[in-house]
Formats: sequence, C-alpha cells, structure tokens
Amino acid sequence: MPNLTPEELGRWQETTLKKSVSKSPARQPYFETTSHIELKDIFTPMDAGDDGYMPDIGLPGEFPFTRGVQPTMYRGRFWTMRQYAGFATAEETNQRYRYLLQQGQTGLSVAFDLPTQIGYDSDHPLSDGEVGKVGVAIDSLKDMEILFDSIPLDKVSTSMTINSTAAILLAMYIAVAEKQGVKSDMLQGTIQNDVLKEYSARGTYIFPPQESMRIVTDIFAYCKDFVPKWNSISVSGYHMREAGSTAVQEVAFTLADGIAYLEAAIKKGLDVDSIASRISFFFCSHNNFLEEVAKFRAARRIWAKIMKERFHAKKDSSYMLRFHTQTAGCTLTAQQPENNVVRVALQALAAVLGGTQSLHTNSRDEAYALPNQDSVTIALRTQQIIAYESGVTDLTDPLGGSYAVEALTNEIEKKAEEYINKIDEMGGAIKAIAAGYIQKEIADSAYQYQKDIESNKQIIVGINRFQSADVPLKDVLRIKPEVEDYQKQKLARVKADRNDARVMETLVALKKAAQGTDNLMPSILDAVKAYATLGEISDALREVFGEYTQQ
Amino acid sequence: MARTIRALIAKPGLDGHDRGAKVIARALRDAGMEVIYTGIRQTPEQIVSAAIQEGVDIIGLSILSGAHNRLFPKIVQLLREKGAGDILVFGGGIIPVDDIPGLKEAGIKEIFLPGSSTEDIIRYIREIVPA
Repeated sequence: MPNLTPEELGRWQETTLKKSVSKSPARQPYFETTSHIELKDIFTPMDAGDDGYMPDIGLPGEFPFTRGVQPTMYRGRFWTMRQYAGFATAEETNQRYRYLLQQGQTGLSVAFDLPTQIGYDSDHPLSDGEVGKVGVAIDSLKDMEILFDSIPLDKVSTSMTINSTAAILLAMYIAVAEKQGVKSDMLQGTIQNDVLKEYSARGTYIFPPQESMRIVTDIFAYCKDFVPKWNSISVSGYHMREAGSTAVQEVAFTLADGIAYLEAAIKKGLDVDSIASRISFFFCSHNNFLEEVAKFRAARRIWAKIMKERFHAKKDSSYMLRFHTQTAGCTLTAQQPENNVVRVALQALAAVLGGTQSLHTNSRDEAYALPNQDSVTIALRTQQIIAYESGVTDLTDPLGGSYAVEALTNEIEKKAEEYINKIDEMGGAIKAIAAGYIQKEIADSAYQYQKDIESNKQIIVGINRFQSADVPLKDVLRIKPEVEDYQKQKLARVKADRNDARVMETLVALKKAAQGTDNLMPSILDAVKAYATLGEISDALREVFGEYTQQ
Repeated sequence: MARTIRALIAKPGLDGHDRGAKVIARALRDAGMEVIYTGIRQTPEQIVSAAIQEGVDIIGLSILSGAHNRLFPKIVQLLREKGAGDILVFGGGIIPVDDIPGLKEAGIKEIFLPGSSTEDIIRYIREIVPA
C-alpha cells in the first residue's frame, strides 16, 4: 500500500466512515480529552508529524527525552515503588514503614500532619483536631528519631512531602542520619520544597512568597554542597491537577513554577548545571489514559527544550525531567469503592507507559479516610503486577510512534507552551499566582469538570451511571483522639529534658541569619540538634519574615 | 418571589483542599443564592463570627483532613452559645460513614460525601432553609 495521503484519508472519511456513521452514529457528536484536545476519527502519521522517524521524539536517554530519561528504562530497573504513608505518631508510622519495606516497597515517602506542614507544634491551639490526622506528627528531632528507628538511612531513599517547613524537616533528617553514623553526602531522597504551588493549590504556605523563595533557594545551595544526592525540590503539578486543572494546565503551571525556581536560584548566584539535576518533578496520573501517557512525554520534551534554549544548560542530566507520579486521588469514588482498585491500576499503567521514575498508587478506601493496611497492600501489589506480570516493562516507551499518542504529545506540548508564554508575559509564575491567574484557571476547570459530570457528559461509573446499593467499606483507618494527648505529653518531656539556654541561643542565631543574607540551613540544623521544636523554629522565622494570608 | 438564601461556605481546620468548597460556592451562586466563601484555615470562632455578621441562613463546612469530629460540633456549639443556633449547618469532605450519626447528633444537619452532585445540595438547601 502506498503512503497515506490527505486525499486518501478524505476518501475514507467520505465513504467508509460516513456510511458507517449514518447507520450507527457515534456515542457523542464530538470526542475530546480533558484538556479539550480534539480526538479525531482516526490518527494517522500526518497528525503525528511523521516524517519517516518522527524527528521531534528522539531516542530514549537522549535529547529531548520524549521517549524516556534512560536508554533502557525499566529493562534496567523498575521505578521506585514508593507509597506515601504517615499517620498518628512517629511510633505507629515507623511500624507501617517497616511493614512496607518488608513487603517489597523500595523507597519511603513521608506524609506529615498539617500542623507539622504549617509550622505549629501539637500543643498549638490551631492544631486542635489535626494532630496525626493526614500524616505523622513531628514536633522535634525526638519524633524524627523514632520515625526512622531501625531504618538505615544510608540504604533507603526517603521522599518527604514537606514545603514551608522543608528546611526544618530536612535538617532533622540530616541530624537523625548523623546519629546513625550516616554522613549527609550519602543521603538519598527528596523534599517537596515547592512552595509556589502551595499558594496556587495546596494551601500549606506560611511566609510571603519572596521570603519563601529565599528559603527554597537556601536549601538548593545547601544541598548542592552538603547533600549532593538529594533532590532539593519536587516541582509539583499533582496538587494543581487534584484541585481541578486539566492535563495541559498541569504541565504548563508546573513547568512555569520550575522556571521560577531556576530563575531564583540563578539570581542567587547558583550555576544552572550545578542544581538542575537535583530538581525533580511530581505529576498526577488521571483517568484519561492516552492523554496521561502523552502528558508525561510532552512534559519531558518541553522541559528539555526549556533547559537548553532558555537556561542554556550544558549537561545532559540538566535536560532530564525526572518525576514521581501519584494516581489521582480525586478520581476515587466513595460509591462502590472496590472499583477504585481498577481505576488506580489504569492510572498506574499510564504512569509507567509515560516513563515515571517513582510511583505511588492510591488505595481503594481513600474517599473515606487514610488507607488501612489491607488497602495499601493491594495498591502496592498493583504496581508489582504491572512491573512483573504485564510485560510493558520489557520495552522502552512502547507507545512511542503510536499516531494517537504522538499527536496528543504534540498537542499537549503546543497548548502548554501557549500557557507558559502567557505566564511569561505576566512576568512569570510568581506574578501570575499573585494576580490569581493560575488559581482562577484551575477553579474554572474544576467547575467545568463537575458540570460535565452532572450533565452526564462525563460518566463516572457508580456516580452518574451504573449505580448500585453501596456496601460500606469495613475497617476504615481511624486516628484515635488520644494521639493528640500522647503527642503533647511527648513534646512536654522533650522540652523538660533539653537545655533551654542552648535552644534560645540557636533561635536567636537563626533570627539573625534570617534578617541577613546567610544561608538559613546551618542555623536551622543547630536549632534542631538542640531540640528546638518545629513550632519554635517556625515562629522565629515568622517573627522576621511575617505571614502570608490568602488574597 | 422567595427571598434570596444567604450561605456561608467555610473551611475549618488546616487543610488546603478547597476544590469542593469553591465548586459548591460557585454552584450555589449560579443557583441564585448569595454566597460568602471564607477561604482556607478558618477557626471555628472566625466561621461563627462571619456567619453572624453576614446574617446567613446556612453554613456549609468542608474538611478533608479528618478533623471533622472535633471541629464541626464545635462550630454548632459556638453558634448556639452566641444565640445563632437557628443558622443551619451542613458539611462535606473525606468523612467515614460511621462518623455521620455522631455528627448529626451534634447538630450537623447533613453530610455530603465525595460524588454528591451540586444539584442535590442546592435542592437540599432550598428544602431545609425556611422560606
């Protein structure tokens, strides 16, 4: 058969397709992805820009990394299976971590409770009702010692979802490692440290943006010198997607934030190539399977070009967008919750086909509460089934060259770049957030999505179709209210046992550093080691930096 | 014509997940109600004083952190203490089914779980708010 021409495609549309559609019309007059990219009747080499081998996609492990950051991908080794976990006290969470590691999980991922994320100790009035709820409560180094008890920090890699208080938690991790005899240059892991998306989507900000960016870049500089294997930021689109953005917006707003961090680091005098490879990303994997696969591929390509063309990075490793993925929490239904296992499996498969470096799979019961142990086990097994049974891991970028996937990849790239250009025109991500632009775009998409469900344009099984009588989930994890008292007592003991004069000394030094331009990390590390609490350290910084309130 | 219903959509506690709250606020507004949205991280005291000051008929609380058992009842209790016990309170978020009876006993009129439609919530508010 000769090469497909536009004329030949037109003939097919006018004859075969038209005849068929006139007999049995399509389910919808128009098909599109969640980002409103049109899905045509058929994708062909013409849509994918196929000119022999598509020049834009390159080869795995090479610029622009569309097909993956490594040449072998999962033929070399699987992604890191990393379940985000943390609840109640450090004691209980330590047990869960040791269980997960025994079950074959290959990295840890710490969820902190909200007071820890917002810089309040467990005995603060605003912590009332929140202690240990969405993650583990950490008040002082003491809790961190318990959290990683019997877990060798030179062997595991640990990801910590922590932003406004990232410097404090990183300092505590370094201090615990020291006590285990592990030097900071051996530590592997990630702190989220992405404060910009806290203003636009996630909400755990403390300080105004300018001061927050100073802390972020202080961490970059410190890690470069003392914790070189550590990912000093995980620029996150996940939370913007969960807040309702489309796939295109997720890519665009995340990369725009990434640009802002790099610009801030460069302004501080850091060399692009010295920090670029320690910047990692975090994306969501949502329901629309092929769009998600294309999204990951597009994100890699756009970032590679940004690093090369905008920042003039020289090293190959600077071009590589490495990312963690979590399946989409907002897609989990409270109705027929067992169906969530299937949703998660598909989303996880999309992440793997998109070339993720690590993955968290959500649990079936998370529309109700934090997951119980059985649910977490199924979620982890889902990843293991994809890795060991599905066969997709034996090929690198197996969907590469699919007309539909390449066309979607191109289209997402184009639309995301339009957004990035628009944000550039506004003066960058920090300005766009301050103007409320990103928040509004996300809120509009969230509202549209809800309306699409309510008008049955978007079907969600068990919600607006195929409903059935609910069988309530058993054994939903409950955080006992006693956790709060236990945590407060532990905090009181720490305060009674420490040298208060030394604590004061370190806090005064920290404030002084904050008022000047010294890197904050050494002072925070001193304070942490003196058992100054997370709340005390945060308060010291609040005194100097002030607090941000939502506009 | 019926008078305009005034609603306060509030986020007690520390969680920043405001997607649901914002969607509900907008849907109620589109349905012709007057809606005040508090923004995130509001204390029970702030919510109650906003509700009284704005003279609302009903408060919708959204929380996804698991602190509902502590914070929802506290808000109802504070309303009663301030002589505003006639302001109705409903809630939504990530809430285990087993917690619902206790919350209703504490004076929360209704709990909407993930998957609830805004149409149902609008219908519910119109039913429950006295004309």
